Amino acid sequence: MAVETTTRAKLRWGLLDVLVVVFALIPVLWIASLSFKTPATLTDGNFIPREWTLDNYKTIFDTDQFVRALINSIGIALIATLIAVVLGAMAAYAISRLDFPGKKLLVGVSLLIAMFPQVSLVSPLFEIERQLKIFDTWPGLILPYITFALPLAIYTLSAFFKQIPWDLEKAAKMDGATQGQAFRRVIAPLAAPGLFTTAILVFIFCWNDFLFAITLTSTERARTVPVALSFFTGESQFEDPTGAICAAAVVITVPIILFVLFFQRRIVSGLTSGAVKG
Amino acid sequence: MADIVLDKVSKSFPDGTVAVQDVDLEIADGEFVILVGPSGCGKSTTLNMIAGLEDISSGELRIAGQRVNDKAPRDRDIAMVFQSYALYPNMTVRENMAFPLRLAKLDKETINRKVDEAAKVLELTSLLDRKPANLSGGQRQRVAMGRAIVRQPKAFLMDEPLSNLDAKLRVQMRTVVSRLQKQLGTTTVYVTHDQTEAMTLGDRVVIMRGGAVQQVGPPQELYDHPRNLFVAGFIGSPSMNFLHAAVQDGGLHTALGEVPLGDRVRRELESADAPRELILGIRPEHFEDAELVDDDTRRRGMEFEAPVDIVESMGSDKYVYFTVEGEKASAAELEELAADAGAADFAGAGGNLVTRLSAESTVAEGQTRRVWFNLEKIHLFDPGTGRNLTLHEGRAAGALAD
Ligand SMILES: Nc1ncnc2c1ncn2[C@@H]1O[C@H](COP(=O)(O)OP(=O)(O)OP(=O)(O)O)[C@@H](O)[C@H]1O
Ligand SMILES: [Mg+2]
Repeated sequence: MAVETTTRAKLRWGLLDVLVVVFALIPVLWIASLSFKTPATLTDGNFIPREWTLDNYKTIFDTDQFVRALINSIGIALIATLIAVVLGAMAAYAISRLDFPGKKLLVGVSLLIAMFPQVSLVSPLFEIERQLKIFDTWPGLILPYITFALPLAIYTLSAFFKQIPWDLEKAAKMDGATQGQAFRRVIAPLAAPGLFTTAILVFIFCWNDFLFAITLTSTERARTVPVALSFFTGESQFEDPTGAICAAAVVITVPIILFVLFFQRRIVSGLTSGAVKG
Repeated sequence: MADIVLDKVSKSFPDGTVAVQDVDLEIADGEFVILVGPSGCGKSTTLNMIAGLEDISSGELRIAGQRVNDKAPRDRDIAMVFQSYALYPNMTVRENMAFPLRLAKLDKETINRKVDEAAKVLELTSLLDRKPANLSGGQRQRVAMGRAIVRQPKAFLMDEPLSNLDAKLRVQMRTVVSRLQKQLGTTTVYVTHDQTEAMTLGDRVVIMRGGAVQQVGPPQELYDHPRNLFVAGFIGSPSMNFLHAAVQDGGLHTALGEVPLGDRVRRELESADAPRELILGIRPEHFEDAELVDDDTRRRGMEFEAPVDIVESMGSDKYVYFTVEGEKASAAELEELAADAGAADFAGAGGNLVTRLSAESTVAEGQTRRVWFNLEKIHLFDPGTGRNLTLHEGRAAGALAD
């Protein structure tokens, strides 16, 4: 009887899962499907294209606009991620390990930044960046990205650091390690899953941002893909760019998938098991 | 190899907690010293100060004659075994044990040789390539010991290294630790709250309470000549019995009858500020079935009658529990001991008397029985200060001493 209920429960859950996955994936698949359609069959309403074509992909890679935006996106997101994770790791380590005055305040302020509506900062940032002459440059986007990614990084990372037993660090010190060696050789390897998880989250945040990218850029110099997409036109003004936009949308999800797959393999759970008993 | 000297060492935490207070302790080269006491008495803090993991608030710490207060742990050349083992989970057993040697920048061959040697001593050779996650508790414990001994440090510090093991393994590892220490002859400071470990392992035992040292000495000395109520109640299992005793006409009125006093104790009690009430302490083995006592022995003690509660026959002797009427002994120390041991283990101050009688005794539950006890082995404590009044020049002399 117990077996019966579990199989039935499994079935029910399985069905529910499929439903959710389908609900989430159909728009994505639809876009992928559109990107392979010819302009003529674009609006025929078929889920599977009747006529397959790669023209849309050729178009976007032929336009300098898109390639340039892709390079901007990758560069900006990677640099912002790297800096945010390194700074976040240091801050999170201090927060989880040290007792210093103003610790609560620091955590509170970083939480405040995360909650602050970004849209209200857009105009002041625009003014500031123009004054500082970093408007429409890479640093002009990297800086706000780091600002908003840091609270996220600090939060996830301090949760990870707190899981690592204090005793390991003490043991390393007793074994003759300096503070730096203890961090590099004992703590960092154990915090790696946390670092990778954080990197993924921050990268996705930077990659997907539209608001800052559209307000803080004006030319192809620093324009990222989400913004470039919105500026897409066809070959001529009268041509429908839908196919090309869809192809571009597919292309920009690829780096994210690769990024996640690459790091996910490193996110092994239970890395600290066996360090301490109970 | 080195001696360790704590000279008025104190520790107060930023929040105002004074964890350790004016601890004076001289640990000789090669000595095995145990720090023991109830939870929160400052054992770990003391050990961490020796290790360099906690700053010393005041006082001086000398290792091998050198002041090391301001030295980092890595410059003190001391190894530590943690209660949690603290093995590096991302490294194999071999890498764990080699870690201190690699940090010391020894060459590969030397490292391998030393690790192999240590592994052999601890019977870890077949486990060298495993990760800590795939080891049993006892094996992890041995790896932690291995990591400490590979680099032949000046001293070992161990913070309750066996408390995570089950009872049987703990007894086994106890002999391993003891043998290892004898073999290596390295100065060792060992923290435990288990008084059996304290009694069996160490050359000397340091009993702590509330951050202060209560008494230091070889285990047997602490057992026979406790300086105060706390030490008396802490050492010994089952613990010492404590009874309320009122001073009356040069004798003591207790639940076991009128206890006569010798001249020395009487003189102590004559001064104006002497307590009018005392706590009488007597260990279970100083009772005997009155039927089995010969006349010569009988004269050295006195007898009482009480109903038998429970008889536990251990084969070699019998633990017999009696109910006694009368006021309960009360003192801050006793409450603390009871709280630490859990009410079940610490029958000491209750209306219950724990005695250890000869196996030949025919005592049975439900009877009322005549019991003899040895007056020469009695301790009398001042309930206010906890001081042992029967102690004379460090030796306990019983109630009758002249
Ligand atoms: N970082 C700290 N800040 C404030 N107080 C502390 C700190 N660490 C320890 N204490 C206090 O210092 C006292 C001694 O602690 P310690 O860890 O030395 O006890 P212990 O004897 O090792 O106890 P246990 O047997 O439970 O391990 C305790 O009262 C504890 O609460
Ligand atoms: Mg402790």
